[in-house]
Amino acid sequence: MSVPTYMDYSATTPVDKRVAKKMMQYLTMDGDFGNPASNSHYYGWQADEAVKNARKQVASLIGADPREIVWTSGATESDNLAIKGIAHFYKKKGNHIITLKTEHKAVLDTCRQLEREGYEITYLDPMANGLLDLNVLKAAITDQTLLVSIMHVNNEIGVIQDIEAIGNLCRERKVFFHVDAAQSAGKVAIDLSTLPVDLMSFSAHKIYGPKGMGALYVRRKPRVRIEAQIHGGGHERGMRSGTLATHQIVGMGEAFAIAEAEMSDESARFKILRDRLLAGFIDMEEVQVNGDLDQRIPGNLNISFNYVEGESLMMAINTIAVSSGSACTSASLEPSYVLRALGLSDELAHSSIRFSIGRYTTEADIDKAIVLVRDKVEKLRDLSPLWDMFKDGVDLSKVEWAAH
Amino acid sequence: MAYGEKVLDHYENPRNVGVLDKDAKNVGTGMVGAPACGDVMRLQIQVNDEGIIEEAKFKTYGCGSAIASSSLLTEWVKGKTLAEAAEIKNTDIAEELALPPVKIHCSVLAEDAIKAAINDIKSKA
Repeated sequence: MSVPTYMDYSATTPVDKRVAKKMMQYLTMDGDFGNPASNSHYYGWQADEAVKNARKQVASLIGADPREIVWTSGATESDNLAIKGIAHFYKKKGNHIITLKTEHKAVLDTCRQLEREGYEITYLDPMANGLLDLNVLKAAITDQTLLVSIMHVNNEIGVIQDIEAIGNLCRERKVFFHVDAAQSAGKVAIDLSTLPVDLMSFSAHKIYGPKGMGALYVRRKPRVRIEAQIHGGGHERGMRSGTLATHQIVGMGEAFAIAEAEMSDESARFKILRDRLLAGFIDMEEVQVNGDLDQRIPGNLNISFNYVEGESLMMAINTIAVSSGSACTSASLEPSYVLRALGLSDELAHSSIRFSIGRYTTEADIDKAIVLVRDKVEKLRDLSPLWDMFKDGVDLSKVEWAAH
Repeated sequence: MAYGEKVLDHYENPRNVGVLDKDAKNVGTGMVGAPACGDVMRLQIQVNDEGIIEEAKFKTYGCGSAIASSSLLTEWVKGKTLAEAAEIKNTDIAEELALPPVKIHCSVLAEDAIKAAINDIKSKA
């Protein structure tokens, strides 16, 4: 059986072979398997050296000091640590946190938990293009606001928020600023030596590193304090206890180093591929790109094929692996909350497909996707009563549906 | 979602896709579901002078299970009287297609569709 073509790089990426090769040197008896915290013997020193090197590699990609990197199990943990860490440490200073409705669940559910603990959370609406209106943020900040948490790049629609402008506003109002950069590191230039950001979450597996590995950037100057969420041996300067997973850390470091070397060429290549993909669809009837097309990472195309349900389209195009905002692809039976927050109708949200392009995507993959999707959309529209009604000039928003 | 063979068969080769004249006296149309919920089924049946369903057509917007449920239904109702067709239960459809629990609502929708089509034809009599 031939496997489908992978076009879901925003969900996860394969580990780069160069990364995997390096990781394997830190596992077995003939490798550097030691505990980096064992500071009294050779094995510990070797592992500690590898961790130090990885810390430098990660810091280098984002313009940070290696001492500002805290290893975690992934971006979800980093988001939890940043948001709960600030809320708990500074609880005497205020009780209000501001975030965006299109954030990842790792941020939104963390905020929900803080609401249960008594904090006030404001969930801002994005503009129709997915971007945050600075005036909306400005109006939401109060003297009780502790933290603003806004993602750099959205995982579904790929739009890039202006974190410099948001950060400057936060500085002006003396509010901490956390950024979830799981989808942006290695794709968009990040320089924390100049960006006004206090905390930033990273993931390894979104940029060809291993799953189960992440980091949180915690600014040193001016110093940002967070309360630990996992307690134990006092690793990571007390901010995150737990024996460091040397092989995972080395993998993340290597992945970040490769990204630093190859990012600009890769972005240019992705943009050509993405534009080719979009050009293959744009002349079709009733298609719509979701989210701003200019302020967007080059590897993402989120597009709705109206009157076709996303899950059945994914079934039809099962020789390529993509994602959909359709309810039927989630356990909740709700269509994508991100697309709903942009003001999309439920049916357009149900009809959306996210293509995400990555390191191993070829021009032939793109051409295959175009032919396949065009053919299947036509087939499913022939099967769709909504398409018939649209063609007959019926305004679907005026029809009284028997909702179930 | 990993589907069973029967769903895939109906999904890839849907039976009786099409449209009947909804204004004809011997045609009943049932349209159920809502675009906002992600599935809309339109089922049409045509009855001959003996009261037997001689033709059935459908179009469905929805997931693979919704398409398969309506496709199967058109096969089942043909040759039945209206009273017999009204006896079809969603559980029969779900069982035949081996629908997973999260997709049971697709078979419910199919049962609603045949009931609505029968009501429509009766209202014309």
